[in-house]
Amino acid sequence: METALAEAFRLLPDHLGQHVQVSATALALGLAISLPLAIFALRRPRLRTVLLGIAGVVQTIPGIALLALFFPLLLGIAALSGAWFGFEFSALGFLPSVLALALYSVLPILRNTIAGVEGIDPALIQAARGVGMTRWQSLRMVELPLAAPVIMAGIRTSTVWVIGTATLSTPVGQTSLGNYIFTGLQIQNWIFVLFGCFAAAILALAIDTMLGMMERGVAVRSRMRILIGAAGIALIVLAALGPGLMRAPAGYLIGAKPFAEQIILASLIEQRLKAEGENASRREGLGSTVAFSALAAGEIDAYVEYSGTIYTNYMKRTDTRPREETLAAVTEWLAKEHGIAVVGGLGFENAYALAMPRAQAEKLGIRTIADLAPHASNLTIAGDYEFFGRPEWNALRNTYSLRFSQARQMLSEFMYRAAGREADVIAAYTSDGRIQQYDLVVLEDPKNAIPPYDALVVVAPGRAKDERLLKALKPLIGAIDIEAMRAANLQANEGRSPAAAARWLWERIQNAK
Amino acid sequence: MTQSPPIIAFESVSKRYAPDAPKALDAVTLEVTTGEFLAVIGASGCGKTTLLSLINRLNEPTEGTVRFEGTDLRDLDPIHLRRSMGYVFQGVGLFPHMTVAENIAITPRLIGWNKTDIARRVNELLDLVRLPSAEYADRQPDALSGGQRQRIGIARALAARPRVVLMDEPFGALDPLTREALAGDYRKLHDELGLTSVMITHDMVEAVLLADRIAVMQAGRLVEIGTPHALLTDPRDEAARAMMATPRHQADRLNALIARGE
Repeated sequence: METALAEAFRLLPDHLGQHVQVSATALALGLAISLPLAIFALRRPRLRTVLLGIAGVVQTIPGIALLALFFPLLLGIAALSGAWFGFEFSALGFLPSVLALALYSVLPILRNTIAGVEGIDPALIQAARGVGMTRWQSLRMVELPLAAPVIMAGIRTSTVWVIGTATLSTPVGQTSLGNYIFTGLQIQNWIFVLFGCFAAAILALAIDTMLGMMERGVAVRSRMRILIGAAGIALIVLAALGPGLMRAPAGYLIGAKPFAEQIILASLIEQRLKAEGENASRREGLGSTVAFSALAAGEIDAYVEYSGTIYTNYMKRTDTRPREETLAAVTEWLAKEHGIAVVGGLGFENAYALAMPRAQAEKLGIRTIADLAPHASNLTIAGDYEFFGRPEWNALRNTYSLRFSQARQMLSEFMYRAAGREADVIAAYTSDGRIQQYDLVVLEDPKNAIPPYDALVVVAPGRAKDERLLKALKPLIGAIDIEAMRAANLQANEGRSPAAAARWLWERIQNAK
Repeated sequence: MTQSPPIIAFESVSKRYAPDAPKALDAVTLEVTTGEFLAVIGASGCGKTTLLSLINRLNEPTEGTVRFEGTDLRDLDPIHLRRSMGYVFQGVGLFPHMTVAENIAITPRLIGWNKTDIARRVNELLDLVRLPSAEYADRQPDALSGGQRQRIGIARALAARPRVVLMDEPFGALDPLTREALAGDYRKLHDELGLTSVMITHDMVEAVLLADRIAVMQAGRLVEIGTPHALLTDPRDEAARAMMATPRHQADRLNALIARGE
């Protein structure tokens, strides 16, 4: 079996290459924006104040929020552009990441360019005029060269920020070194998390060292140092991009949200496609709405979604219907509203369920959510980042008159660990292997407040009649029961790679036939 | 000298830097003839540098007219004008990111001379200011002594073969020996090249020994102008008399000292 470290190294050329690509493009764009802007603002104090103010505000927006905001924005622009000019572009991944990171890089370059030029001895600027330079010549031949060390320092700061922040572009669908971190956090693969952090840090340090050499070279006017620094950067960028440039076209793109089950299933689909001789790759760590929008826009070809998620999140339904009815409603709505086809259910549900440690439940005599209600005011509930914003949380509270003393949000992994300690009740997932692992009991939902969550394979509008894709997917439909999924999830939680868990799942499907 | 036409003329020129500021220059009328060496003296803040900067349009007059060869400066392109005149800045103003050769070459480069001409001119000028090209051309200004930098400043001003050279305390901040040698060298260049020079200085002795005429300024006004001999022997203005007294007193005391020694 492939170790986590070996897998991390196998993924490195792809993750590093894409990370460098998105960072370098963002920086180039950032420079192209901030340098002219700084030069334009030099003799305009009011404009300068406004620009530095705006750039400062942008800097205070958390990187992940800035990235996340660009996705819907671009999606809207792409739709408008498609409607008006017949030209659509991909709003997933590269573009929103580059734009957000470029915006992020503006402040240090802008600020240092302005400060660098304004710090020049006025006598030298007077001398530049006196020898007959035009305004532009003075800027190009005297002011910018003299300010160059300060400007380089700004570029250095921006570069390190961009390389670090680029790890946050994973949730908007841009593969980066952040894939290790986001995936690792979800599947409890701490080697992945550390690997991602180290890789990003080493990349930032290496580039920073080279830029430092160039900065020093500019300051002491040593062409040698500048050349060595530039050559070093070129070498790093080429080495990182090389393998990516030689890569075959991606073929089918399978999406996955950032948790173990999704990654295992995406791996399984990828493996099936490859077994059929197709090109396929995964796009992991997508935020829930990002994955859905990406599928609707045809940016990914397929992923696994849950009927309840579509029913409540996208159809905005607050009622609860039986499993079959929900599935029918969801299938019809997806086809009508988005042209998305449901290939079929995999055979298990992954619903939210309230769970608590067995000992505590037995002590309080709690078997159902109704039993829980009278005790709730003394108890703390923990859920993932989505749960407390979802309609079923409101439905649960209204249906059973649940009032907890405290509700805490955390990563799902920490949530399971917190059960019985920082939290008395958790919003667990029914297909999760950790329910057994941590000896939790799932409380029954007698009033059916939580809608059914059938795992469905959904394909993009253009793929509904793609025979090759459907042929690879068909064997999976109805083939995975809840025990199989729990066992596979548990394997991933215990450190086995998602790809290995997916292979195990396929063997089991084969044996069951 | 007065029969030559004026190359530079000030016609009741005043300058205020802000509407409510006092006049930095107050109704100055002045003519400089071709080939003349004019020294401008006066206390700090009397408007000397302002006067100089109006000649190549680094500043514009608030009132009155400055003419170059009879043409109102406002009708001349300021960039072209500055390239046609040499300017030696107070504190030299060499560009620290350029070598000595690049500093000297700047104005020819702006005008668009070809590379061979520029290289030849740089060597010529380094010889002229007596700094061997092989040794100094590729140095950075930081690696030069004060006197060497002043020489480069003069070389830079002369690079594009100007007919007029404007100098703002070009020999200030030098030790007396270097100062006298460099000043003497410059006067020789002025005569050989047929330049018209306007030089600001604090140093009365320097003005008396170098210039053809001396303009005395006080609080923005031109109080007297004349040959060194006329100013030394028969100054009309009280301020000019006080200023010119200094070199006389120094000479008298030196003579007395020498006499006593015998």
